Amino acid sequence: MRSQPLPSGRAKNGSKKSIRSGWQLYLFLLPAVVYIVIFAYVPMAGVQIAFKEYDFTKGIWGSEWVGLDNFSRFFESYQFWTIIRNTLLLSLYSLVISFPLPILFALVLNSFIGQKFKKIVQSVSYMPHFISTVVIVGMLVQIFNPRTGAFGSLYTFFTGNVMPDAFANPDLFPHLYVWSGIWQGIGWSSIIYIAALSSVDEHLHEAAQIDGASRLQRVRHIDFPSILPTATIMLILAVGNLMDIGFEKVFLMQNDLNLSSSEVISTYVYKVGLTIGAGDFSFATAIGLFNSVINFVLLIIVNFAAKRMGNASLW
Amino acid sequence: MGTARAKPTSKAESGAKKVRFSTHPTSDKIYYVFSGIILTSILIAVAYPLIYVLSASFSSGTAVSSGQVLLWPVDISLEGYQAVFKNKDILRSYGNTFLYTILGTFINVTVVMTCAYALSRPGLRGRNFFMILFTFTMFFSGGLIPFYMLMRNLHLIDTMWAMVLPGALSVYNMIIARTFIQSSIPGELVEATSMDGCSDIRFFFSFVLPLSKAVIAVITLFSAVGHWNAYFNALMYLNDRSLYPLQVILREILIMNQVDVSMIMDPELQQANVQAAAVLKYALIVVATLPILCVYPFIQKYFVKGVMIGSLKG
Repeated sequence: MRSQPLPSGRAKNGSKKSIRSGWQLYLFLLPAVVYIVIFAYVPMAGVQIAFKEYDFTKGIWGSEWVGLDNFSRFFESYQFWTIIRNTLLLSLYSLVISFPLPILFALVLNSFIGQKFKKIVQSVSYMPHFISTVVIVGMLVQIFNPRTGAFGSLYTFFTGNVMPDAFANPDLFPHLYVWSGIWQGIGWSSIIYIAALSSVDEHLHEAAQIDGASRLQRVRHIDFPSILPTATIMLILAVGNLMDIGFEKVFLMQNDLNLSSSEVISTYVYKVGLTIGAGDFSFATAIGLFNSVINFVLLIIVNFAAKRMGNASLW
Repeated sequence: MGTARAKPTSKAESGAKKVRFSTHPTSDKIYYVFSGIILTSILIAVAYPLIYVLSASFSSGTAVSSGQVLLWPVDISLEGYQAVFKNKDILRSYGNTFLYTILGTFINVTVVMTCAYALSRPGLRGRNFFMILFTFTMFFSGGLIPFYMLMRNLHLIDTMWAMVLPGALSVYNMIIARTFIQSSIPGELVEATSMDGCSDIRFFFSFVLPLSKAVIAVITLFSAVGHWNAYFNALMYLNDRSLYPLQVILREILIMNQVDVSMIMDPELQQANVQAAAVLKYALIVVATLPILCVYPFIQKYFVKGVMIGSLKG
């Protein structure tokens, strides 16, 4: 195989003949391939139990097919609408608030003068991203502690009463969830926009200044359009994940009192599948599959729509 | 990079000169004042909770439980930290997390870099097949339950491998690494060395690794942070308390309020215990997050620049 290294790497017959295509490269691939087959593709095969009635004594292959039974059980369960509603509410609320904010932050930060200040603000802003979810929720719980937390103290200071427990109130749950997410993510999410903004052509700004454009106008007409492609891609990804409220944070923030707002698809799957006695694997898998399919369909729809509108798209 | 504009220098070539604030037109001045207010508000909003936690951790138990701490430490004391270091659960889980992080990161970097290297070689046969094999998993997965069943069948439940193996290959990172290798190792180098008889393996160790320091640094950092903060895997796959990582213990103490308030009957002692529990929580947050913050300057140095460069190259 290494008899004739060709300068262009291409053989005369046009196929990509290797410079070296030795067995060694496959050795390099081996760990990754083994990993992906075992940890990604084998579970994919396990998805079939969504259409079966999984019985652990019979194993995956021995369990009976029941078609769409598990799915209809899910749709007809009394919790179905609550769960879907909660998931969508949290997603949409998150999306509407946390999509524009990093963009605005990036625009304001980028257009500001005063280098040291900019650096400080930027560096501080993405510190929270590296804090673990557990600590974030832990801080949230502490800060909203009616007696000892910062908010609790301020509430008592202003009203003279002890603040009611914020985590016991289902109505407050979406707000706590979304705004703590913004606190954690605004700095980090803005990086990609700041990066895009930093590649804006210097001369555009100079020309605009000569023409008498104000700073605000320059931001609106030069900076903002330059990040639209990036923003579109990010929006596509965000919408594609609409039904995909992450398990970790919601699970940590849940308690028996706010469950009517805080039970989402992923936590329900966990409860149904892995906690209640000998969990119902088939049922839980079916719900998970339902979730994945919806996400995928959403992704395709949004990507298609973006393409149609002439903007950047994922593919 | 656009920093030529962002950093006005006095060099003529950059085209931007240092402009005094007073010479800006009025409308611009208003804009800057407003922007400044917004940015400062954001700065305060982000920094305040962090400062608060730090201050509370250095305050006394009584001060914290009576809500006296607002910004600075009240009644400075180390009792919070003392309580942290006395707690065996915390110490053991700290050690576990160190182990998982080091081992897990090493595995991640190894798997990602070897795979990225192989896929970056133009001569690899079946390259497209492998790419599809990997990227398909970014869109589809079996879901939580099938994965759990796999872990069970592999007898990984309640072992440290449950913390370290899942997520060994991040396809996203692998693609980034591959792109990096492709764009920074010149083709001529490949040809020249192959004509000299350099094997794939040797090329990897002698050339690719030294030249890929930046991307290895980035992957290492993010992988390490990910492992340090991991709790989902532990929640799912670990039942043995002695294997618990830091985040699980954190959850017990911070969120489920399960501090070691043993069956103390004496009300004064109970009171003291509750107060100690309050400060412990803040001190614990600081201790748990400190390693990440130490890593933070490195992240600044390598990653932010990397993202900038990456986005320019598309």
